[in-house]
Amino acid sequence: MSADATTGGAVTAPVPVTAVGAGRRRRGLAGRLAERAGSGVLRIFLLVVALFWLLPTVGLLLSSLRSPTDITASGWWKVFTSPSQLTAANYHTLLSNSAITDSLWNTVLITVPATLLVVVIGSLAGYAFAWMDFPGRDWWFLVVVALLVVPVQVALVPVAKLFGDLGIFGDISGVVLFHTAFGLPFAIFLLRNFFAEIPRELLEAARLDGAGELRLFTRVVMPLGGPAIASLGIFQFLWVWNDMLVALIFTNSDSQPITVALQQQVRQFGNNIDILAPGAFVSMVIPLAVFFAFQRQFVSGVMAGAVK
Amino acid sequence: MADASLPGAGGGGTAAAPVAPGPVKGPGARPRRSIMGTPPWVAALFLLPALVLLGALVVYPIVFTVHRSLYDADGSGFVGLKNFGTVFSDHGILTAVRNNAIWVVVAPTVATALGLVFAVLTERVRWGTAFKLVVFMPMAISMLAAGIIFRLVYDQDPSRGVANAVVVAVHDTFTSNAAYPGARPRPNGDLAPTAGGSYTSKSTASVGTPADLPLVGIPQNKLPAGAQQARPAATKPDAVTGTVWLDFRPGGTGRPGVIDPGEKALSGVRVQAVKGGKVVASATSGKDGTYQLPGSAAGAQLRLPASNFSGKYNGIDWLGPNLVTPSIIASYVWMWAGFAMVLIAAGLAGVPRELLEQARVDGANEWQVFRRITVPLLAPVLVVVMVTLMINVLKIFDLVYIIAPGQTQENANVLALQLYLSSFGGGNDQGVGSAIGVILLLLVLPVMIVNIRRLRREGRR
Repeated sequence: MSADATTGGAVTAPVPVTAVGAGRRRRGLAGRLAERAGSGVLRIFLLVVALFWLLPTVGLLLSSLRSPTDITASGWWKVFTSPSQLTAANYHTLLSNSAITDSLWNTVLITVPATLLVVVIGSLAGYAFAWMDFPGRDWWFLVVVALLVVPVQVALVPVAKLFGDLGIFGDISGVVLFHTAFGLPFAIFLLRNFFAEIPRELLEAARLDGAGELRLFTRVVMPLGGPAIASLGIFQFLWVWNDMLVALIFTNSDSQPITVALQQQVRQFGNNIDILAPGAFVSMVIPLAVFFAFQRQFVSGVMAGAVK
Repeated sequence: MADASLPGAGGGGTAAAPVAPGPVKGPGARPRRSIMGTPPWVAALFLLPALVLLGALVVYPIVFTVHRSLYDADGSGFVGLKNFGTVFSDHGILTAVRNNAIWVVVAPTVATALGLVFAVLTERVRWGTAFKLVVFMPMAISMLAAGIIFRLVYDQDPSRGVANAVVVAVHDTFTSNAAYPGARPRPNGDLAPTAGGSYTSKSTASVGTPADLPLVGIPQNKLPAGAQQARPAATKPDAVTGTVWLDFRPGGTGRPGVIDPGEKALSGVRVQAVKGGKVVASATSGKDGTYQLPGSAAGAQLRLPASNFSGKYNGIDWLGPNLVTPSIIASYVWMWAGFAMVLIAAGLAGVPRELLEQARVDGANEWQVFRRITVPLLAPVLVVVMVTLMINVLKIFDLVYIIAPGQTQENANVLALQLYLSSFGGGNDQGVGSAIGVILLLLVLPVMIVNIRRLRREGRR
């Protein structure tokens, strides 16, 4: 070390070319061995971490594939020694339980409209903020940005009262409206920024061709906004699909989504893993499919919207 | 680099994290003018649905909540700031405040640190993308599903919960498990109970006289399979010997303190020789119950330490009152470390490679490169990740509600859960619930202000 410092003087003196070369050669000898050993350790470490990360989910999946008797008697890892324990019976029971299938359908009925509404209403407003002139535009946009980080919890009590007065407390429409409203600040923020990047010439050309404001929006702006709209849609879809709190408050037993239906089962945790484990897995199937199908959009959507 | 825009993150790379929105290229600098003089009423039509929904379901509720927080439980009497006083004095709610503080400090820090480590390390393996996919996957599932997953992981019974299965396996590897729970000496015998559940002889041991240690209190069917007939220990000139056995014969015909035929040996029992409170020697009884201590044990009292009598080790009480919050935080980290990793990895892609290479050439080791170059360059991204996670953690609800069992829910309480319980879950006090809502809002206010400032600065440019 000291020899290197005196001959090279890399820190203080102008670096002689030879010193750098010497440094390299020295690394080459001992360094390569250390590097090889190090990369082996690194691989094993990352492999262990990956297994560790998978383990909980694998445990849920395997638990869901065992009979209630097996579940109470032993851990899910027993299937590795006796694979004959695996059975789809829990899924058969679960999917013939109308309370569960109804709640799954409710999840769809809540998620799809809440996603479409956010995309459409957010696009309209985003376009207006990007390309239209009206009094106080920048001020209004500031308000939207301020609302980005408002926690949903702040609105639960007043909106429950409001929905009660409107007679839609417990109705699916209430949950849809709530999710739409809380998805909007992010949607407007994201889309306004994206739409603003559209080249002015494109819009002007379309206008010269005689396109009206609505036509401009549907034929030029929306198609060009595709990537941002996809990210937003996927993110909003997952956020609503996975929500429990909002639905817990604003739905009743007829309109509750799968998360709320399963949540009620958690109280007797221990005796009903044959319902909870497959139920949780069924509720995860769609989000996981979306995750694997749209990784790129999902990553940007989740990253962009994680603040919620 | 300093902003939250996500290079190479797909989706056109357009999404900017709402925490500290990045500079928006173009429109800020461009003259902010309608392209072709759209009349304001058209703009109003485009904005109307959004403004109505935001006004009715976000802005109005904020105002209402602030107002409601100043009124009592049924909303009729004005009480000023009394509800806020309740939040900071009620024992149960105070637990929630304290837990929230722990959450906000610990969870984002751990998740960000892990994300940083994973992001840096995965760059060096070819299957880094697959690794990222695995760690990021939990983000796609609901907190409810994650909660159920971790209820299973943390199951107290080591034969069902994988966490305790591992803990017990590790524990039993390092400590002998031949325990005789419930075993005790006969009352008024030589052995007497001493501190911590151990038993110590009153007399002192000597060379040449077997020091027998009779125990009772173990049902015959609880004896290990294959327990042998107890045998009197042979005397040796330079050792203290004796027998540990179950001084009881089925039928009750045995004589107390005497090794009768049919009385079983207790193997694997730890015997300590104690002089002046210090252990001078120790031994373990063999298959026939005999043990042998060195001659130096002469004159010592014999002690059977409590470890012989403790029950079977059952693992850690993950969801008990002391560990429930750390356990739930661990499940949160499982969900969100992937988020930190992906964001940091995106930032890492923007770090100039030449800079790292130059440092290595100059003789810096990997740790120095990481500590002195990578981390400082990533600092802006790390801040965005931390702040985003803090906002997220502030509102944590589902995980706590699902994972904490009924009897320790109070120990695991957090503000969002308390808000729900106070307002809807039987607490029956929407005044206090609203006060908690206002507190949550105040806590995100700094981020809100930073966001607005950012935007205004860019607008001016």
